Amino acid sequence: MTEKKMINVALPKGRLGEIVYGMMEQAGYECPEVLDPKRKLTFENEACGVRYFWVKPSDVPIYVERGAADVGVAGKDILLEYSPRVYELLDLGIGKCRMCVAGPKSFRDDESRTLKVATKFPHIARKYYESQGREISIIKLNGSIEIAPILGLSDVIVDIVETGKTLKENGLDALETIVPISARFIANKASFQFKHDEITAMSQSLSAICQTKE
Amino acid sequence: MMNTTVSEDQIRSRLSRLYRSYGYLPYKVNKFEEYDLYAQYKNFLACKQILTFSDTDGRLMALKPDVTLSVIKSASDRCPVHKVFYNENVYRVPEDGDGFSEIPQTGLECIGEIGLYESAEVVMLAARSLESISSSYVLNLSHIGVVSGILNQSGIRPEDQPEFFAVLGAKNGPAMTALCRRFDMEARAVSNLMMLTELYGPTTEVLTRLSALPLPEESLRAVEELRELDTLLKAFGLSRIHLDFSVVDDIEYYNGIVFTGFIEGLSSSVLSGGKYDRLVSRMDRSGGAVGFAVYFNTLEPLWFTENEFDFDVVLVCPSEEDLPLAIREADRHIAAGETVRIQCSEPKGFTFRTRYTVRNGAVES
Repeated sequence: MTEKKMINVALPKGRLGEIVYGMMEQAGYECPEVLDPKRKLTFENEACGVRYFWVKPSDVPIYVERGAADVGVAGKDILLEYSPRVYELLDLGIGKCRMCVAGPKSFRDDESRTLKVATKFPHIARKYYESQGREISIIKLNGSIEIAPILGLSDVIVDIVETGKTLKENGLDALETIVPISARFIANKASFQFKHDEITAMSQSLSAICQTKE
Repeated sequence: MMNTTVSEDQIRSRLSRLYRSYGYLPYKVNKFEEYDLYAQYKNFLACKQILTFSDTDGRLMALKPDVTLSVIKSASDRCPVHKVFYNENVYRVPEDGDGFSEIPQTGLECIGEIGLYESAEVVMLAARSLESISSSYVLNLSHIGVVSGILNQSGIRPEDQPEFFAVLGAKNGPAMTALCRRFDMEARAVSNLMMLTELYGPTTEVLTRLSALPLPEESLRAVEELRELDTLLKAFGLSRIHLDFSVVDDIEYYNGIVFTGFIEGLSSSVLSGGKYDRLVSRMDRSGGAVGFAVYFNTLEPLWFTENEFDFDVVLVCPSEEDLPLAIREADRHIAAGETVRIQCSEPKGFTFRTRYTVRNGAVES
């Protein structure tokens, strides 16, 4: 009999990660101490063949790509921005939102000049406007993107929109949808070769849970 | 004892012996090439950025980003098949980096009249290369023609095909469904592509599953090629080869079989290769080519094992009169496979397992 191999799972810190853990638990990969507030860094359930750890959401693909985690859950926004070399095995259908161009309600694009775009996602923004043939100038920000057009730092922003409430509160509107976003189950390419049965079983169990939720 | 399991030199020497044993000749490339060579065939380079400098006669030179171009350039048309291997450094910007790196690689090229045997031999040598590094390896094999056959029959334009290959490379089933819908593909092509996104496993097993698919003529020819290859690979006694259509490295470069190799415990592929007839034809050479490279930078964790101690033994020898005894004592430890540091003063800033003092003709612990 071949030995069951442990799977290292990178969970994104925060609400999304908690939902993901709930799905993992439902799929038979329980490890209740994951939700314990004690300051432990890794959590293991040898019987289920799983080891969890919490990381910053944008770091999940890095842990997976570099093999520190065999699998993980990351938002499609992060995957599109950083293009990590990983397998994207499953759309979990959670953490749904949209990557949008947003700007003042009265915004009118003057195509005779360069469009100033503030964003946390320069790669996605550049690729989108390249496909439109529109010349832009990217202003890379790390947070509070909504303030950029209000203060005249940019004409528009490219950012994630969930309900649109924050935009509205700042007098902005979602002008165009670039791409729908949701959480994805990803795997390291080398781990997939050597822990194939374990990763496939986990992916299939999660897929079954996603289908019952639909 | 030093904790290193295998050294870079040992692996290089094993690979060189392996390639020599199948009649491949060593090939030495100049460190520099004229920039024009790379500018002309830029589309075929894995890294488009090139380190350049002006030579003393004003010619624009480049630190080679690739070895294959130099090998093809120098391949003689006199013999039907040109078989060489090399140990070289290439200079590239890694995909996950933003500065140039020196990447050591060992590679093998077979150029000229490439038939079934030549392809099988190169795949076999790729698998044996992995085996020389670790007994726990997997070589994933694919054939670009299986997928492009479906795309061509569905009327997907060549410029749109890379998007399909990228989705396939990520084994991204939902994105494949969405893409097929966007291009309004017929149900049979969609189901074939979905199946190829998922298929993975030992060659014979996957070939059996492929035979049940209603594939177009071009794809069937590629499957047949894989089947013939599988027969020869079995004759070579290889069993750790998997079929995986997510191996789609660079479809501008490769045109037939394509493969990539993994070693258990290393986080990315360590070897890649395939058939690249288009480049040979662009360089006005007859025939085709098949080859691969082993990327030594990815193997680093294998020989970079953190030693518990800097040295096993430190011999402190304060007096020059005791040096002959210290030397004999050091030789005894070295012969036992230990590492030894002799110094006249107390060791500081190092870690070591045992410390001895050589004083007044005696060794004290």
